[in-house]
Amino acid sequence: MSDESHEGVHRHPAPTGFIRKYIFSLDHKVIGIQYIILALAAVLVGMTMSLLMRLKLSWPDKGWSILATLFPAGAPGGVMNPEFYLSLVTMHGTIMVFFVLTTAPQGGFGNYFLPIQIGAEDMAFPVLNMMSFWITLIGFVVILAAIFFSGAESTVGPIGGWTGYAPLSALGAIAGPGQGMGMNLWIISIAIFCVGSLLGALNFITTLLNMRTKGMSLMRMPLTCWAWFTTAVLALLSFPVLLGGGILLLLDRIAGTSFFIPGGLYVSGILSGTNPNFPLHTGGSPILWQHLFWFFGHPEVYIAILPGMGATSHILATFARKPVFGYRAMVFAIFAIGLLGFFVWGHHMFISGMSPYSAIAFSVLTLSIGVPSAVKTFNWLGTLWGARIRFTTPMLFAIGFVSLFVAGGITGLILGQTSLDLAMHDTYIVTAHFHLVMGVASIFGMFAAIYFWFPKMSGRHMSESLGKFHFWITFIGVYSIFVPMHVMGLVGMPRRFSQFTEYGFLTKLHPLVLFVSIAAILTISVQFVFYFNLIWSLFKGKKASDNPWEATTLEWSTSTPPPHDNFAGVLPTVYHGPYEFAVPGAPNDFIMQTDAGAEVASGNGHNGHKH
Amino acid sequence: MGRALAVIIWIITTLSVLMFVSKKWWFPATISEHGPALDRQFMITILVVGVSFAAAQIGLGWMVWKYRDTGKAGDRGLYTHGSNRLEVVWTVITAVVFISLAIMGQSVWASLRLHDVPPGSYSVEVVAQQFQWNFHYAGKDNVFGKTDPKLIDDGAINFIGLDESDPNAKDDAVTTALAVPVNKPVELRLRSKDVIHSFWVPPLRFKQDLVPGMEIKVHFTATKVGQYELACAELCGQLHFKMRSSMLVLPDDELEALKAMPQAQFQERMKELLAKYPIVID
Repeated sequence: MSDESHEGVHRHPAPTGFIRKYIFSLDHKVIGIQYIILALAAVLVGMTMSLLMRLKLSWPDKGWSILATLFPAGAPGGVMNPEFYLSLVTMHGTIMVFFVLTTAPQGGFGNYFLPIQIGAEDMAFPVLNMMSFWITLIGFVVILAAIFFSGAESTVGPIGGWTGYAPLSALGAIAGPGQGMGMNLWIISIAIFCVGSLLGALNFITTLLNMRTKGMSLMRMPLTCWAWFTTAVLALLSFPVLLGGGILLLLDRIAGTSFFIPGGLYVSGILSGTNPNFPLHTGGSPILWQHLFWFFGHPEVYIAILPGMGATSHILATFARKPVFGYRAMVFAIFAIGLLGFFVWGHHMFISGMSPYSAIAFSVLTLSIGVPSAVKTFNWLGTLWGARIRFTTPMLFAIGFVSLFVAGGITGLILGQTSLDLAMHDTYIVTAHFHLVMGVASIFGMFAAIYFWFPKMSGRHMSESLGKFHFWITFIGVYSIFVPMHVMGLVGMPRRFSQFTEYGFLTKLHPLVLFVSIAAILTISVQFVFYFNLIWSLFKGKKASDNPWEATTLEWSTSTPPPHDNFAGVLPTVYHGPYEFAVPGAPNDFIMQTDAGAEVASGNGHNGHKH
Repeated sequence: MGRALAVIIWIITTLSVLMFVSKKWWFPATISEHGPALDRQFMITILVVGVSFAAAQIGLGWMVWKYRDTGKAGDRGLYTHGSNRLEVVWTVITAVVFISLAIMGQSVWASLRLHDVPPGSYSVEVVAQQFQWNFHYAGKDNVFGKTDPKLIDDGAINFIGLDESDPNAKDDAVTTALAVPVNKPVELRLRSKDVIHSFWVPPLRFKQDLVPGMEIKVHFTATKVGQYELACAELCGQLHFKMRSSMLVLPDDELEALKAMPQAQFQERMKELLAKYPIVID
């Protein structure tokens, strides 16, 4: 890695026109912000859908006049019908997983900060980078279109959950509401999203491996970069499988193939092959779809959370005023999670009808993945041990991440066991588990990231008092929403029920369902404080200096906001590991990576670089 | 700020643990032979989970309580990059605990899924379809009559496509509720006509998907007479939330008598039995 080779080669002059500067921009920083705006828009849609779902679950027969106006077929008289609810389930999951949890952490913050943190002027392939965003945006437009063109007007999209299990998703309109054009659009949207993510992943990997500045050895990279890199590798290896699976599913629907549809099906009163609406199918395997989906789907949950882990490590060290505890162990843990993440997909399928022997193998591997996850938690606690914590809003959210990651992750020890899955599978404890760990913890990582990096990106601080208010209510709120869902699962409450009125054994859970809905309504309302803070601070926030948090990594060594080529033509040279805080004898309690004069003791983060 | 956060974390931890310990919302009493072993494994696991959860949260609270920035000049945090010894210790300990749990967690599974159906089991064919359960009983001859998808006619109430011309089908019965014997192994042959469904009876501690194109054989032994709610646990379409049925666990003589009845009488008797045994929900 020599600087001469990429100085000049990758430099491109700052564009002047509005369109090239802000719309079809090649600048990784603008593209990063575009991804973040996309995620901020998508999360509003996904969150609104979850609100509607809570309304339906707690007040199944109540009419909401606004819904009667907006969705006369889906909510006749304002009362949501079952298919309307199920389409909300599907769209909420799909939008949140793909367009929020996969875009903001990686495409958003990764795009903006990975090149700066390794001392590069841009991504390796700026045009590819621009394309990956615009392709992802098209994917989002298509998924929104599914709301309006779902065939049956009584839904707001397809019905299948975010996993779209075949053959329900493969049969077409004959299988009931939500299986028409909306399902085609759902598949097309995801396929488009896969392409966008693949382009992004190639770019991240190449940039990180080839474009690190002088002195930026791998073991001097911030943990955020390790997380983004591993995430990109996971995306590169898992999205093609989903893309392939999605194409096969679409062919089953529109071209009469039978990849996932077995012979002899009798659906809605019609036998396969006896009616033009239901052509002859034979020889397909519904379980094949589950293998393809989860081969992608399980790495996907790590794609969602690894960047949050990286941001948390980065922010914890900065405001603990201490080096990251066990930097090397953290890097190995990220790798171990990434690697094991490819060998555990079968734990979603214990009771799917696949071999019970392979279930045992998947189960043992699944609990093994708890080990690197625990190692990360121990090291976060180690980082806080003996710290001098500054309780800024980003720090609060990073601490919240650790708390939520433990709370959500640890129940994986229950769900990963084949025997216990006989009782737990597809109940609310699963909903509780993955919402806490891949949903809420990841989002806390992103909240931490946005409060932390907003000053660098915009030149202004977000309001600390609004930010703290946002933190307290959200932190208490998410626990209030998701802890009760665990015990609902123990009672046996199944997921994806549009109401809980039909079963005697669910009656005693009604007060808890109501409590969760009230907690959800409060928590959702507080998110508007965050949106307000974001927009208000953009114009009225306190001006930020170049290094307002007294941090150490390269993004804080350049001006605020960074110039078009990140370092104003002079690439930085790196002399230290990423988290040199509290160095004894140093004039300040932090030593920047670019600080040539400072002497620090050798430790983790310096390995391989004797000086 | 640090102290407030610590207190909030501790309160959340206490309330979360109480939610489980109080057992106000908990499993229904188990009614299967494998249930007690599964419940024991759950208690061991929840103990490990609960202790780890509480320890991590209390520790996290302790750190933010204790290690605040005092703002004093020259007061710095501990300068350490970690400890290889600690990394090894906690990696080994968690690996031993987690993998031991994983291995212990296979025993109930193995007893149900790796072993063949015990001889002398009572067999029922389960044929799920969108929003309805169909149960096919072999009758006195203990042989299931042939079925064929071409003969399915929901309109004519031949939900499973039973071939009436097959002599073995003569004494068969098909109903929409499940009746099984108490304390005797039961084999279910699970099929689906259309999409994936899942057989779920909470007190039985038992769930299995029904996959179109496959016949999945599973077995269990119910140990308590009564009527229990049967739900579909896999999203199967619009009315998934009310794809409900009942599982009757009957004394042997009552089941034998039922089994010997021809279709029409079988249906009537089933209705009486469903009325006789109240639904057990706790």
